[in-house]
This record gives sequence, structure tokens and C-alpha cells, in this order.
Amino acid sequence: MLFKKGSINKLNQAGLGLRFGAIAGLLFLHIPLLLIILYAFTTEDKSYQFPPPGYTLKWFEVVLNRQDIWNAVGLSMRIAIISTFVAIILGTLAAGALYKKSFFGKSSITILIILPIALPGIITGISLRSTFGVMGIPFSTWTIIIGHATFCMVVVYNNVVARLRRTSPNLIQASMDLGANNLQTFFYVILPNMGTAILAGGMLAFALSFDEVIVTTFTAGQQTTLPIWMFSELIRPRQRPITNVVAVFIMFITFIPIVFASYMASKTSESEGSTK
Amino acid sequence: MNNFLDSFSNFAFRNKNFIFLSFLIIPLLWLGVVYLGSLLIFLGHSFFHLDGFTGQIVYEFSFKTLLELFSSPANIDILIRTVVLAACVTIGSAIIGFPIAYYMAKFTSPKVKIFLFIAIMLPLWSSYLVRVYSWKLILAKEGIINWFFEKLNLEWLLDSILSTPVIGGPSLSISYIGMFLVFTYIWLPFMILPIQASLERVPNSLINASHDLGANKRQTFYKVILPLALPGVIAGSIFTFSLTLGDYIIPYIIGTSKFFIGQAVYTHQGTAGNIPLAAAFSLVPILVMVIYIYCAKRMGAFDAL
Repeated sequence: MLFKKGSINKLNQAGLGLRFGAIAGLLFLHIPLLLIILYAFTTEDKSYQFPPPGYTLKWFEVVLNRQDIWNAVGLSMRIAIISTFVAIILGTLAAGALYKKSFFGKSSITILIILPIALPGIITGISLRSTFGVMGIPFSTWTIIIGHATFCMVVVYNNVVARLRRTSPNLIQASMDLGANNLQTFFYVILPNMGTAILAGGMLAFALSFDEVIVTTFTAGQQTTLPIWMFSELIRPRQRPITNVVAVFIMFITFIPIVFASYMASKTSESEGSTK
Repeated sequence: MNNFLDSFSNFAFRNKNFIFLSFLIIPLLWLGVVYLGSLLIFLGHSFFHLDGFTGQIVYEFSFKTLLELFSSPANIDILIRTVVLAACVTIGSAIIGFPIAYYMAKFTSPKVKIFLFIAIMLPLWSSYLVRVYSWKLILAKEGIINWFFEKLNLEWLLDSILSTPVIGGPSLSISYIGMFLVFTYIWLPFMILPIQASLERVPNSLINASHDLGANKRQTFYKVILPLALPGVIAGSIFTFSLTLGDYIIPYIIGTSKFFIGQAVYTHQGTAGNIPLAAAFSLVPILVMVIYIYCAKRMGAFDAL
């Protein structure tokens, strides 16, 4: 490169308008999330009054003792964990098969993997629902899991395929040259290389499944997952302060895997940079 | 050449295709049979129709349902309303998202860039429902926006916005402005990231060259940076546009009583039991997006992803 990294900064400082625009945009993205946290502490329970007339911790205690909410949390967790597990297996297999080989119909298969997340959830949901109906499969936790795994697969696939493409074949050759057999190469070289990608993909799949409401609506029978509970409260607010606390809870549950996954992603890009 | 498959397949060393197939077969069965099968059966219903008298689905190939979709003014209204809203949301998020993407791509240190990246990823991946809920708090009559306008003694401004026909309504939380704001908020990260990626690829030397050749900042922006960022904007618009087309939750929670495509699908398959019409409605966003993506591809939008 002719120019040093960042030389543009000196030459061309961000104008006032641009800075203002960027900051305003970021505030637009984050103020709503901060408000959610603020409202969890409000003493007002009949309306969404701002600013809150007073602050209290009592709603957290109320939620702690609400068995129905904890049942919903447990169900959502169970579904998210199993769906993620299935999505990891399917997504990794697909990535392993598709990352290098080119063959007739490969692009159609790639589209097929992306399709469940590209199409509106309602179309996926109704399609699965009518198939379950026609085949006489009763709606259960497992029908929800089938729906979730279908669209979670793609995030695992994307992460793993990206990593496989970047993994140098020299690494594997070196391992073989140094006397490792195939299995050793797999467990000591390939798996540690893939591990963080699979984990990052799995984390995102978990967050996606834990939060999903549309496909769940159509593939669930009487089950109430946490998002379904939340959705019914959104349509007819009956217990505002409790909904506020649950919203904060959902937010933090999904934050953890996301921050973890982005940390993994940034870690890999660093280690890659060092090899170049 | 050694590759992943070879080394993994100790037992089938000479038979790559076997391993390859066994890798692919499970995901392929899942997606190809379970998912695609269901999808095609559902969408295929748009060629059947509902018997007006008995309310039963008549399993005969005909274009009756599709004709019904495109001949009833009420249905046409729903389609136009949804497409116009999706277009407005796309333009809105491009305008709000561009400065962030531009700032991120060209004016930050690598550390700040990672921080901003996470700041944009967090809302993108955090709970959709919680984010919609936050806007219910914001738009409520007793919420922060009304409070803000009151403090500035600008209630008259808010009232006059709300009394504007079409976009207004009884309150922000039951109006098209409200819906527009929520949709823009929810899909904004999908617009920022591709724009940022395309701007990242504009070489600094090109910008320097433009300055050296006598262009001022404004000219450089409009003649060099913006055209090169356009594929990113188009890539982002694919997300914002298609996601708005198919959503039924936000119109349900924030919107007025007027339907959007997603709600029409929901009602027709649910209470009305009119699966053929629901399927016909579902075809519209798919067709619109196929055309849109085809055009976007020709404009080079996918190189920006």
C-alpha cells in the first residue's frame, strides 16, 4: 500500500454533519433498549408513563415467583438447546460437503439452505403447519424444534463454511507430514480450527431460536414459549410491569451468546491477521 | 490434494464421493423433503380455490384464487400499501444508516470500529419482540415522545403531524408513522452492515486521487464515494424490503386496522380457513423479491455482501 493505514483520517476528518448523523443513528439504535431497562424499575403499573413516577425492585421479585413464566423460560431453553444441537449437526455436515466441491446443482442447494431464513417466517410456519396437519403429526415441542432447526441451520452453515474456506490446506498437509494419521489430524488440527466457528454459529442459532415467535406460533400446539407469552402481552397488555421485567430478562439472555459470538469472530480475525 | 474430507475419511480414503454424499444426505433430506416439500405444497394451494358455498377447498387446478387476489380492490389495496411501506422503510433506513456506515468505514480507528460493529450487531441479534415492545413504550400517549414534545412546548407540532391524513392517526402507536419508525428501527442494522462493507472496499487512494484532482469534499462524496457505495445500499435494501413485506407482527401491534400482506396471510389461513388465498398472498412477496434480487444482481449488489 502506498498510503499508511489511517492516512485518510488526517487528510479528511469526519465533518460535523457526518458525526452528528452517525451519533444520532447510534442513539436511535440504543435508546429504545435503554428505555426497556428503565421501565423494569418503574412503580407505575397501569400505563407506560414517562418519566416513571418512582423506582422499585418489587417487580423482579414478583417475576421470580411466577411459575408460569419460569415454565415458559424452561420450555424456550429446552427448545433452543435441542434446535441448536440439531442445527449444528446439519449445518456442519452441509458446510463440510459444500465448501469446496463444485458439482451440478450446488447453487440450488446453497439457496435451499438460505431459503428458510430468507422467506418470511409466516410462509415457513404455515407450510410446516399444514404438512404436520396432513401427516397427522400432533403439535408438540418436537414440531417446534423441527421448525427452529430448519432456519437455525443456516447460521451454523455460514460460520463453518466461512472458516473452512479460510483454513489453509497446508495446515492439514503439515500435520500429515509430521506423522499424524487422519484421525489425529482431525482431532488435533481440524476440529480446534472449526471449534470456535461451530460454537459461534451455535450461539447465534441459540439466540435465534430462543427469540423466535412467528414459526413457533404455527408449529406449537398448546405450548407457551417465552416469546409466545411476550407476544400475547404485546397484543393485550394485562401485566405491564411483569412484561417489562421479562423483556429485560430476554434481552440479557440473548445478549450473552451474541457478545460471545462476536468476541469469537473478532478473535479469529485477529489470529488470521497475524499469520498473514 | 489433501483436504478436510480426505483426512477425515480414514476408512473411505479412496472414495470421496461416498463421504461427500453421506455428509450431504441428512441436511438435504431435511431441507429438500421436509421443508421444500411443505413449502411447495402450501404455495401450490394458490391454484386451488375455496368453494364459495360449502367453504371447502376444491382441489382442482384453476386460476380462480389468483384472479380473486388481483381483481378485488381490497386485496389490491393491501398489496400496494405493503409495497409502499416497504419502500419507505428502505429509504428511511438508507438515510439513517448511511452516516453510521460511512463513519465506521472511513473515519475510525480499528478499536472503535470493533466497538461500533458490536454496537450494531447487538440490536440486530437481540430479541425482535423486545425491540418492538420498546417502541410500544416509546410511542404510547404517556410515553417519552409525547413527554419530549410537551417539555419543548411543541405539542401542536405533534398534533398537526398526527392529524395529517393517511400517515397520522389517533396516536403515534396506532399510525403509519409509528409503523414506519418501528420497521426502520428493527431492520436498520441490516442496512448499515452491507453499506459499511462496500465503503470499506473503496480504496483510500481513490479518495486521495479525487482530492488531488481538485474535487472538494462534497464533489468527492457525490462523484466517487456514493456511486461505489450504491451496491451496498442495494444489498441492504434487499433485507429491509423483503423483511418488511412479510412481517405481520409489527402491523398487528403498532398498526391501524388496515391490513398488510402478512396479516392477510395470517387471517386467511387462520380464522377464515382460506388456505388457497393465503397461499396466493404469500406468492406476492416471493415474486416481488425474485424480481428485485434479479435486478439487484445485475447492478452488482451481491459483490458487496
